[in-house]
Amino acid sequence: MSRSSAWETVSIARRQDRPNAYYYINEIFDDFIELRGDRSFADDRAIIGGIARLDGIPVTVIGQNKGMDTKENIANNFAMPNPEGYRKALRLMKQAEKFKRPVICLIDTPGAYCGLGAEERGQGQAIARNLLEMSRLKTPIISGVIGEGGSGGALALGVADRIFMQENTIYSILSPEGFASILWKDSSMAPQAAEVMKITAKDLYNFNIIDRIIKEPIGGASENPKEAARLLEVYLKEEIIGLIQSPISEILKNRYNKFRKLGEFM
Amino acid sequence: MLNGIFRKPRYAQIKGRKDENVDNKPKIPAGMWIKCKACKGSIYHQDIKKNHGICPTCNYHFPLAARSRIHQILDRGSWKELDKDMESVNPLGFDSYNRKLEKAKDISKQNEAVLTGVGKINKIKLVIGVMDSRFMMGSMGSVVGEKISRAIEYATEHRLPLILFTASGGARMQEGIFSLMQMAKTSAALARHDDNGLLYITVLTNPTTGGVTASFAMLGDIIIAEPGALVGFAGPRVIEQTIKQKLPRGFQQSEFLQEHGMIDMIVERRELRDKLSSLLLLHQPKEGDIDV
Ligand SMILES: [Zn+2]
Repeated sequence: MSRSSAWETVSIARRQDRPNAYYYINEIFDDFIELRGDRSFADDRAIIGGIARLDGIPVTVIGQNKGMDTKENIANNFAMPNPEGYRKALRLMKQAEKFKRPVICLIDTPGAYCGLGAEERGQGQAIARNLLEMSRLKTPIISGVIGEGGSGGALALGVADRIFMQENTIYSILSPEGFASILWKDSSMAPQAAEVMKITAKDLYNFNIIDRIIKEPIGGASENPKEAARLLEVYLKEEIIGLIQSPISEILKNRYNKFRKLGEFM
Repeated sequence: MLNGIFRKPRYAQIKGRKDENVDNKPKIPAGMWIKCKACKGSIYHQDIKKNHGICPTCNYHFPLAARSRIHQILDRGSWKELDKDMESVNPLGFDSYNRKLEKAKDISKQNEAVLTGVGKINKIKLVIGVMDSRFMMGSMGSVVGEKISRAIEYATEHRLPLILFTASGGARMQEGIFSLMQMAKTSAALARHDDNGLLYITVLTNPTTGGVTASFAMLGDIIIAEPGALVGFAGPRVIEQTIKQKLPRGFQQSEFLQEHGMIDMIVERRELRDKLSSLLLLHQPKEGDIDV
């Protein structure tokens, strides 16, 4: 294994020109109608969501949305959600449950936002509530990482029946920089951290945490966004057909067991 | 009276340390005199112990060992520990993790950062889990997640109320993604306990942060915090680095959380057992209740 392969993946996953959630939603889904707001505080632009069709099937689609340029990134808080973002996502999921629409979540965040307001409004509570409610949501859920999957802020959209990662994405307990600075007191050791943390799609597939690695065009999704979207579309259409044909009791039981078995101990 | 005791130790502490060096006597336990973080006074550890782990001078609530907590809260002799022998492995093969685990076991005299079991409070049976911040800062790895999930499932299966005492610096970094997944695992187990109409109470103690806050800590039907406990998702230092300004006084403390509607109440440690007892009693199934 080459010394910096995991770090290369980190760089590709974070490219500014990597297709974002909004791009994939428009490429893959038809008739997307955005729905906004958490009904108690604000509309968090770090997470977008709404109703659309996938292969003719009405679905709810939710995504953490980085900006494609600096201005948009600032408006979207670099896809670092505040509690209201998670609460909006949950509102849309409960709505999907009511109308028996499958849910598709696209994860792409460095992490939940660590700010004053986020703490005042209960960032921890918002994430926790999503984890609990997603585990028992009575409609199929497909989630996956399309860029960065950073910590609890990513997992809050990640409790699902099918979990994918695109080939050049990462999913981790915290950023390699954070890991290096906490454990080695040196954030410049992020490349080494990326390696030992085991955060690539291949690592998570080997750990049985994700179900599928979605191929990307050579050099990463940024090199050919349309092709990246097409590859993701094929996967989503295939999975959704299978899921909507299964009884919900079966789906819920399997979803529980999927997470219940995660962990290594003696 | 306590103030009187309190003055002498400062001197005695210094003297004691000198003696130790010069005479090479058996080591005086480092915890004999304890410095209070809040009032900076040195207090004889027995005085803190007798006072439920609270500073007799300023009411600061010291972090409590899990076993002391269980002793304070449960009816005498009612405690039966579950999954006592479960131990962590090193799933990422992370350098130095094994050593850290051994050290933590040595310090805490327990196998992991949480103890779980069944017990009684004023004769009411319940499942209880108590985290211990002395064990690698109460960080949540696979064992913490698994023990808590099993405790929750035990409570669901036996239709028992559940009380979890949280104390955690957050994720067990050394277990990487496995640590993260414990948040989903424990929350899913709680969903089933909830679906069965059973009572879940959390008691947030100093400090409760990170992945524990963003999972089972904040999911109680009733959330209690000890006075002055630091409770938050992100740690204060991370927030300061993010927003590049100093945090206001009292930020993320229990009183702040109560003001912002995040917790139900703040309860002093010496009143906790009575409060929990009252809450459990109010949720006891009545004769003839229909089991749904
Ligand atoms: Zn004090």
